[in-house]
Amino acid sequence: MNAPLPTEALGLEPQRLRVQGDGVELAVYRWGKSDAPTLLLVHGYPDSHEIWLPLVRELVGDYQIVAYDVRGAGASDKPRKRLDYHLAKLANDLEAVILATSPDRPVHLVAHDWGSIQSWEAVTEPRIQPRLASYTSISGPCLDHVGFWMRERFSQASPRGWLQALGQLVSSWYIAFFHTPLLPELGWRAGLDRAWPWLLNRVEGLRDVASCPTQRSDGQHGVKLYRANFIRSLLRPRPRHTEVPVQLIVPTADRFVRPQLFDRLSQWVPRLWRREVRAGHWQLLVEPQRLAGWLREFVAQREQGHSSRTLDLARVRPQDKAFTGKLVLITGAGSGIGRATLEEFAEQGACVVAADIDLAAAERSAELARALGAEAHAYLVNVGNREELERFATLVEDTLGAPDVVVNNAGIGMTGSVLETPAADWERLLRVNLWSVIDGSRLFARQMVDAGKTGHIVNTASAAAFVPSKAYPAYATSKAAVLMFSECLRAELAGHGIGVTAVCPGLVNTPIIQATRFVGLSPEAEARQKAKTQKVYARRNLSAETVAKALVRGVQRNRAVVAVGAEAHLSVAQWRFAPWLSRRLARLNLIG
Amino acid sequence: MPAHPRALSAHDLYQFRSIQRLAYQCAETIAGELKPGIREKDAAALMKTWLQDHGVNDWFHQPFAWFGARTAFDGFDGLRHLGGFNLAFYPGKTVLEEGMPFILDCAPTRGAYTADIGYSGALGHNPRVERLQDDLMAHRQLILDLVKQRKPLAEVSQAIDALCAKQGTQPRHKAYPFEVLAHRVEKLGDRKQGLSIARFGVRNLYTLTRNALVTGRQQGWSPLWSSHSRSAHPPTPGLWAVEPHLGWRGVGVKFEELLVVTEHDAYWLDEDLPHVRRWQARQGETRQVAA
Repeated sequence: MNAPLPTEALGLEPQRLRVQGDGVELAVYRWGKSDAPTLLLVHGYPDSHEIWLPLVRELVGDYQIVAYDVRGAGASDKPRKRLDYHLAKLANDLEAVILATSPDRPVHLVAHDWGSIQSWEAVTEPRIQPRLASYTSISGPCLDHVGFWMRERFSQASPRGWLQALGQLVSSWYIAFFHTPLLPELGWRAGLDRAWPWLLNRVEGLRDVASCPTQRSDGQHGVKLYRANFIRSLLRPRPRHTEVPVQLIVPTADRFVRPQLFDRLSQWVPRLWRREVRAGHWQLLVEPQRLAGWLREFVAQREQGHSSRTLDLARVRPQDKAFTGKLVLITGAGSGIGRATLEEFAEQGACVVAADIDLAAAERSAELARALGAEAHAYLVNVGNREELERFATLVEDTLGAPDVVVNNAGIGMTGSVLETPAADWERLLRVNLWSVIDGSRLFARQMVDAGKTGHIVNTASAAAFVPSKAYPAYATSKAAVLMFSECLRAELAGHGIGVTAVCPGLVNTPIIQATRFVGLSPEAEARQKAKTQKVYARRNLSAETVAKALVRGVQRNRAVVAVGAEAHLSVAQWRFAPWLSRRLARLNLIG
Repeated sequence: MPAHPRALSAHDLYQFRSIQRLAYQCAETIAGELKPGIREKDAAALMKTWLQDHGVNDWFHQPFAWFGARTAFDGFDGLRHLGGFNLAFYPGKTVLEEGMPFILDCAPTRGAYTADIGYSGALGHNPRVERLQDDLMAHRQLILDLVKQRKPLAEVSQAIDALCAKQGTQPRHKAYPFEVLAHRVEKLGDRKQGLSIARFGVRNLYTLTRNALVTGRQQGWSPLWSSHSRSAHPPTPGLWAVEPHLGWRGVGVKFEELLVVTEHDAYWLDEDLPHVRRWQARQGETRQVAA
């Protein structure tokens, strides 16, 4: 391990080369060690190679890094004709740069925005493929793939497909604008170049963007990239496959490129890894630590063959299921709704973590998940103990990384009147049913935000949150609190792309009844009451599997509240439209 | 006149054991011949022919075969009004595919002796089936232990339900007629041929019904062993065809074999059966891993 060197000592001053491309001369810049693997960086529009400088600073100690100004940008030649910006010529430029800088060893290509679009042309070109060791693509699809994607959406005749395609067209409004004659050029001349850093700050929230001396000319010439290629590729897409390993990086908050554009990419790219992060179009380049880490992992895997856990999870295969590569953590996973939810997520491809106060039960749940083909881990956790929960959260983050879905499900039941229930019983119930949900949400939401994950938090409330009753005041109170907590948290985390769902099941036949405390009853009466209640629940026969299915659907559709069972829906409706009736029924004696 | 259940001789037990082995041999042979594309009906017919070729002339019930999600009896609970006699049990046109679970169930009678067996597997590898096969062995042990302790049969059945809940599996034997975990098998009178109605052998059903309605009532026991209160009696000496059937996420696995109950003890009629051998092999594997 080398000691980190101060930036000045690394000499960020590049070696400058002029390389003859396809009819133009290109400005090429080289940093770092010449014997290390080569990273070739291709910038987008309206940038120049300078957009990569923060990333170069991160990686210069370990690699030879090559960046160039694409034709029309920076210090490279700027052909006047539109046809000179054709994708095939751009791919030839890229090949020429590789031949000039790393003729004997395949390079690791990294490209952003338009750079990524034009790099796809090279990556899917059989002649150039042997010169590429890997390709990391950020926010720039292959235009031919997009052409097929649009065709598929519009031929589906489903409103959803149409909406997705139209949504992408709306996101790409600027491309239509670039096709208007003269207007874009006039815009850049009229001062857009000076306003650009300010715009990036306002629209994308990027601070400290230095203004680039060639911004005006980059902006003006670059529009020809769009004019030369877009319409042809979208209307007459060519099937473009590649054998090059591709690491696809999808910033989910990108205003210009929507994540669903890449949904079917694995049909073109058999060796594909996909990483998602909550970030805007330029954010990864300006704050490059995360991107640098991912590049290191990917390059290490290609060069040395050892793969990291997160990279393994990011692998995309055609047979992938809805939650493949996701880490799902569930408390109270040893029985009932928790176990059924664990199985449901496992069946849909997730890696699952079962936490329960009963380790044997958690292990058993994990064993079942493994039989469903999932990776599964079991932990002993008493969610009623905050320190234990905190330790558990740290352990998960250290060993498995931040989870994508957390289900705060562990809970206990209690009946008995307010006047008869001792304070200690109240505290214990609130500790397990409410505080564990607050703590679990707090700890894991923090991990998700820090990791830039667009995750989901599910809290198990109950239909009892809508049904006041003198029979179970503590339980209903705790569940109503969970419901409101989830709603507030949902509002707070919406900005981070993290969804929050409260699940409100009706009378589900699970072991919670056996774990319910009936305050004020003798042991015999309590046992009788449990048997009686269990019988009612058994007759209702609402299964934990049904709840689990609804829960997973709720996560996929990011629902705020998921009520399960007819009685739950009725309770919600009654509480909303006829609360007087709920209040009347609340006086009934259900116990004893 | 059938012999009294308590009067089973060593020879009788030998005969029961050999018909049970024959039935399992049949199931293993036909299971080996299953190919993608075969229907339940065809598999059941193959078993029937095989058994008839090997001297079987009567049935407790003619062979059944279930493929795919039907092994878990998904959706078989709708028809309760016939006491659980559900037409869905009859072998149908479901086609076997690669990786699908299957259950072959047959109950041949040769002379006076009847066996009733269930054989589960999958075409190719199915980890869910493997999981349930492993889980089923705990049930086999628990049933024997509790019967040896002479616990009331209803209590044994309830303990099986509880074990299912703990395992996270469904006790799918509750979809059988009268929700039975097991039923009696008696030695019949010697006859060459027997009549079947709706795939069930008349002679065997007659004995079962007589035990249920006359002998059992008089002596205070039921030939249908379930969690129900009619099974709240100590284990009745004689032979019981025990058939725990676990279901889980679209996959069902069962075994069925004869349990010998005596006045003071109980034991499985045969320990050399496919599911037992499989389990012993699994234990060997785990020991090797541990070592």
